[in-house]
Amino acid sequence: MAVFVYAENINGVYKKAAFEAVSYAKAVADKAGDTVTAISINPTDSSDLLYKYGASNVINIKDEGLKNFSAKAFAQAVSEVADGNIIVFPHTTDASSIAPMLAVMKNYSLITNVLEAPESLSPFQVKRKAFSGKGFMHAKAEGNGVIITVSQNAFGVKENAVSGSEEIKNLSVANEDTKVISHEQSSGKLDLKEAEIVVSAGRGMKGPENWGMIEELANVLGAATACSKPVSDIGWRPHTEHVGQTGKAISPNLYIAVGISGAIQHLAGVNSSKTIVVINNDAEAPFFKSADYGVVGDAFQIIPALTEKIKAIKG
Amino acid sequence: MKILVCISSVPDTTSKINFTADKSAFDKNGIQWVINPLDEFALTKAVKLQESQGATVTVINVGDAATEPVIRKALAIGANDAVRVNLDPKDSYSTAKEIAAVAQNGGYDLILCGKESIDYNGGSVPGMVAQLLNQPFVNASVGLDVNGSEATAVREIEGGKETISVKLPAVIAGQKGLVDEKDLIIPNMRGIMSARTKPLQVVEPASSEVKVQGVSYDSVPPRAAVKMVSPDNLDELVRLLHEEAKVI
Ligand SMILES: Cc1cc2nc3c(=O)[nH]c(=O)nc-3n(C[C@H](O)[C@H](O)[C@H](O)COP(=O)(O)OP(=O)(O)OC[C@H]3O[C@@H](n4cnc5c(N)ncnc54)[C@H](O)[C@@H]3O)c2cc1C
Repeated sequence: MAVFVYAENINGVYKKAAFEAVSYAKAVADKAGDTVTAISINPTDSSDLLYKYGASNVINIKDEGLKNFSAKAFAQAVSEVADGNIIVFPHTTDASSIAPMLAVMKNYSLITNVLEAPESLSPFQVKRKAFSGKGFMHAKAEGNGVIITVSQNAFGVKENAVSGSEEIKNLSVANEDTKVISHEQSSGKLDLKEAEIVVSAGRGMKGPENWGMIEELANVLGAATACSKPVSDIGWRPHTEHVGQTGKAISPNLYIAVGISGAIQHLAGVNSSKTIVVINNDAEAPFFKSADYGVVGDAFQIIPALTEKIKAIKG
Repeated sequence: MKILVCISSVPDTTSKINFTADKSAFDKNGIQWVINPLDEFALTKAVKLQESQGATVTVINVGDAATEPVIRKALAIGANDAVRVNLDPKDSYSTAKEIAAVAQNGGYDLILCGKESIDYNGGSVPGMVAQLLNQPFVNASVGLDVNGSEATAVREIEGGKETISVKLPAVIAGQKGLVDEKDLIIPNMRGIMSARTKPLQVVEPASSEVKVQGVSYDSVPPRAAVKMVSPDNLDELVRLLHEEAKVI
């Protein structure tokens, strides 16, 4: 049972999600008594980075036509080289666009939002997130090929060094249907779905001018920032930061919620965070019921003070 | 221009999610059903294109007769007509197959979907439909313009966005941003009245090959009781995060 994994890179640089997907693929391969082959499209990073997490083979697709992203062309490229019956993807934006197309091309089953190592290999059965984090589903794949997307931060990145080899594949996939016109990436900003710590704030912050203290706390912690839905609806924060049932679902190690009431739709997207800290001036705020640690008090006093204390221990 | 909007009928966002006693299925008792919130962005976008470009908007739902109120709501929002494929969908693939079968004969220039449904969170139907129809696909779309036989879509990427031109016909999966939250259409009385007489065609499924089965379901285990820390003792909070939770 050969296991393939899509190692996603951004501008040639492997994402943390790629290492997590390779770690996951290695666990599957160990169970299957086989090895992991990683596929990457135009990487500039060294394949050593993938051997470190358990990939014994790395296929580097070189294709000028794939300089820009196209779900269909990327799926086509992966389809040409992936000939295993298990293909692992991270559940990133790009990979979640490629995987369904690839599943149809190869006539494989597709299980998305996977949380844990498989419960069985044949049939392939695995636990996945469902109902926006309000429940779990044990999904079973029919047929003999399966593609999965692994929810970010769920399985974790696990070092498992193997000696590996690299193969270069020159492809020229047709890519005529879509054309990238412009690409904006804010550099230096931590990706919300990959972040291990997230500092999030809600309507309790009163206005966008008060987000400086949220950003400062996030800076000190090396965290990404997020917000509740009304905050992005009013335009205090960009909607890319909106977390919850209709925004992004995240699972950081630490989620700090400031001035957020804890409505069921908000919780849905964040309750798989490992540790939750809630800061709210209303002791009755529903969020306290879903928190590990709570502080009742005024965020405008607590956040700057907390930031100073964390600065101090970080030395 | 002909637009097909795929809508899913999902439990209202305030629903508590329970499973049947044997855990083999989602318990539909007492659930209110709504249009999948992410599909509402797609539907509103389609209605805006109908107003600005004279497009016709057809909504499609794969579902049993119980989903008809949700389809009528989509008609009240402004779709011209609707198709219901009479199948209680069991997985993304079987759903996508039915949508593609209807789309195949309809000659649609644009198929709009929500990025994922908030119940089973597959996020797979739009991409599968695109591939089944051999059309280009743009996911996680936060902006869209149509100009003749071409569309310009803005898609969200990690830490940024990308603007893409797409040859039509194409499949676009949207989310918040495709239209602003404040522009979502709330049906008025006239819309609701006219929805009652708009055509809703029911077609039988073309095939029903299922590729993934939900074997069993679990609820989320409750968290241990919250530890409250006094706002005057933030050192204690820092200590707990550092020593007990080991997250900083
Ligand atoms: C279809 C639908 C989908 C939705 N999807 C989402 C979603 O994905 N994500 C989401 O977040 N919401 C979602 N919602 C909205 C959700 O129901 C709540 O309205 C929202 O989460 C509330 O945001 P909030 O907690 O920031 O604001 P509020 O409800 O206004 O709460 C603000 C909190 O701040 C506290 N506060 C005020 N001042 C201070 C202070 N000085 N210091 C400390 N605390 C203070 C208050 O006590 C209060 O608890 C959805 C709603 C619907 C209908």
